[in-house]
Amino acid sequence: MKRRSFLTLSAGAAAGAALAACGSSGPSETSGGDTASGEASYWFLSGPPGEPIRQGAVDRFNKANSGGQIKVTTFQNDAYKDKLKTALGAGQAPSIIWGWGGGGLKSYVDNDQVDDLTDWFAQNAAVKDRLFPASFGPATINGKIYAMPCETVQPIVMFYNKEVFDNLKLTPPTTWGEVMDIVPKINAANIAPFSLGGQSRWTNMMWLEFLFDRIGGPEVFQAVFDGQANAWNNPASLRGLTEIQNLIKANGFVKGFSSITADSNADQALLYRGKAAMMLHGSWSYGIISAEGGSFIKDGKLGYTSFPTVEGGTGDPSNTVGNAGQFLSIYSKASDAQKETAKNFFKSLLDDTEQQGWIETGGVPIVKGGDAKLASSPDKDFLNFIYQVSSNAKYFGQSWDQALSPTAAETLLDNIAKLFQMQISPQQFADSMNQVIGK
Amino acid sequence: MTIAPPVVQTAPPSATSGGRSGSVTWMAWPALVAFVGFGVVPLIGVLLLSFTSWNRLSQDIPFTGLDSWRSVLSDPGLPHALWVTFLIMALSWLFQTPISLLLGVFIAAQKRYRSVLAVLFFVPLLLSQAAISITYKALLDPNFGLGAGLGWPFLQQDWLGDSTLALGVVVFVVSWQFIPFHTLIYQGGVRQIPASMYEAAQIDGAGRVRQFFSITLPQLKYTIITSSTLMVVGSLTFFDLIWVLTAGGPGDATRALAVDMYQRGFKADLMGPASAIAVILVLVGLALALGLRRLGGRDASSSQLEGV
Repeated sequence: MKRRSFLTLSAGAAAGAALAACGSSGPSETSGGDTASGEASYWFLSGPPGEPIRQGAVDRFNKANSGGQIKVTTFQNDAYKDKLKTALGAGQAPSIIWGWGGGGLKSYVDNDQVDDLTDWFAQNAAVKDRLFPASFGPATINGKIYAMPCETVQPIVMFYNKEVFDNLKLTPPTTWGEVMDIVPKINAANIAPFSLGGQSRWTNMMWLEFLFDRIGGPEVFQAVFDGQANAWNNPASLRGLTEIQNLIKANGFVKGFSSITADSNADQALLYRGKAAMMLHGSWSYGIISAEGGSFIKDGKLGYTSFPTVEGGTGDPSNTVGNAGQFLSIYSKASDAQKETAKNFFKSLLDDTEQQGWIETGGVPIVKGGDAKLASSPDKDFLNFIYQVSSNAKYFGQSWDQALSPTAAETLLDNIAKLFQMQISPQQFADSMNQVIGK
Repeated sequence: MTIAPPVVQTAPPSATSGGRSGSVTWMAWPALVAFVGFGVVPLIGVLLLSFTSWNRLSQDIPFTGLDSWRSVLSDPGLPHALWVTFLIMALSWLFQTPISLLLGVFIAAQKRYRSVLAVLFFVPLLLSQAAISITYKALLDPNFGLGAGLGWPFLQQDWLGDSTLALGVVVFVVSWQFIPFHTLIYQGGVRQIPASMYEAAQIDGAGRVRQFFSITLPQLKYTIITSSTLMVVGSLTFFDLIWVLTAGGPGDATRALAVDMYQRGFKADLMGPASAIAVILVLVGLALALGLRRLGGRDASSSQLEGV
């Protein structure tokens, strides 16, 4: 939930959305737009910092184009997901579908609900070539491109509290062995080694994503994604699952991590209040810490680095995981005029103003050579780090729960919660995950 | 969640209005139409949906026969969810009934300070479940909550991160919210007991405790059954509270049927199996409501006043 943007979505809103999902399933009058004049509808997430930037891009487009206009409707994160699915099921979806690519996009593709944009990108090579190549990964299904990557790149990085490390005279770990070494030392000082918002489950998942990649490379998860039988029984995945349980047994994570939600930003608070030494989290945490952590960043106390390597692992240490971008697709049932408007809008995306807007919120736009603009930002060090990590990554893995179908993703998150709770063994985890491969 | 209304509505609508001539039956029509429209029709919809494999996205809904039922019934998650649901039901009944009974008896007396207390007791019921859950979640936070703030070791437990404790917290928070409601029911019940019975008992020399066990408790038999029915059937639908507090966790320790249904239907996009669980919920609720009704005997729903 939380990781998709900086948006602070309270648990209450989530619960409210859950309830709203039961009742508000009627078709919406906003969805169609005016088909004749090519007025395209566009739904996206509300709330700062994304909403004003997205709205600004639409406003500039509408102003510059007298023809087809774009009409916006905004939603909160969870409400959006439910509303969109209901709208797609009812044949009332917006002309432009904002999303996260991967498994969700694949389910739209399987139901013929979004247009294949491969030819359009071939004809408009300039639109494609200015963006990070990695950002097209989650937009590509069965070798065809079904979405326009947009907005920012959000890799998962290892944050740490420099003050804690200085006080304890320790250095951030660069290998898994060092991680296991410093855990008891940090615990001895009554500080939690790692902060974790474990109730949200996808937070735990980030650890496995990195461990699998560092131990066995991207092939390990790719086999799962491709639907190979018993792919979770790979020795690399079993070792990764074992390593994480070893870390939990060694009290590597903050006490009570399985009741902390990421939505509350308590995991970031643990880090900047010095109650935890490190935190593996998305790059959006930087924005949260800078907004809520007082002078923590200004005082130079926030450190960040890449995930440690694992002894004997074959994965490239430059590989990273996270969100390679956000994605816009075109609804297949929109009129030709609306599709034309949408494609024109795609061409206008990530102009200088929009790039600047994202940079000001602590984001790195997915534009090649965009690092030139980062220098003017007060957060240039961090933004440059993110730019380097993202553009140099040999492989940019998509978050598993977004790469998989919703059905498989839910089983995955469920089993991850049990794995971290020590309710199941690595082999039991692999066994139950093998059953949903390809589903 | 579409199944919540019919469970509650099954008992009252038709039976009570009978007995008089047909001329008045038209008065039942609005209620009947609402019941059919919002209760029976969705129920049939859910039943039909449980024989399909709809993923919420496609516009054609593939009929897959008993596949969803087979997958749900063979899933070890179902007995677990049933067990958690019954555990929450039983524990919250055990916790709520004595407290609300005693509170109800206490505030039934016509004394001013008790009226003031009655109003205060009632406050939790006025709050939204989501708000209550968020508040408790914040208070019980192991790092920033009450325990860490006050430094009391007892409160510094991993309340929502430990399987047993988390279940206890759910039961406690549910009870905290609904005890006022049942207290109100018991207060009403106690006030229906004729004062003459107590006067007679006093003449016979019965003390307060004796009066409670020999008059109050027996006279409240049907109130207890009513209150228990509401508690038991209502506990089947606990969702928002559990969802916000623990999201079914840690692991699957508090994954009750309603939570399981939501996760399957709206998170995993498995509408067929989710509908099957919804049907199971309805059946369990009906069985419980009928069972409790039988427990009360045939005269449970008739007036008690004249029988004194």
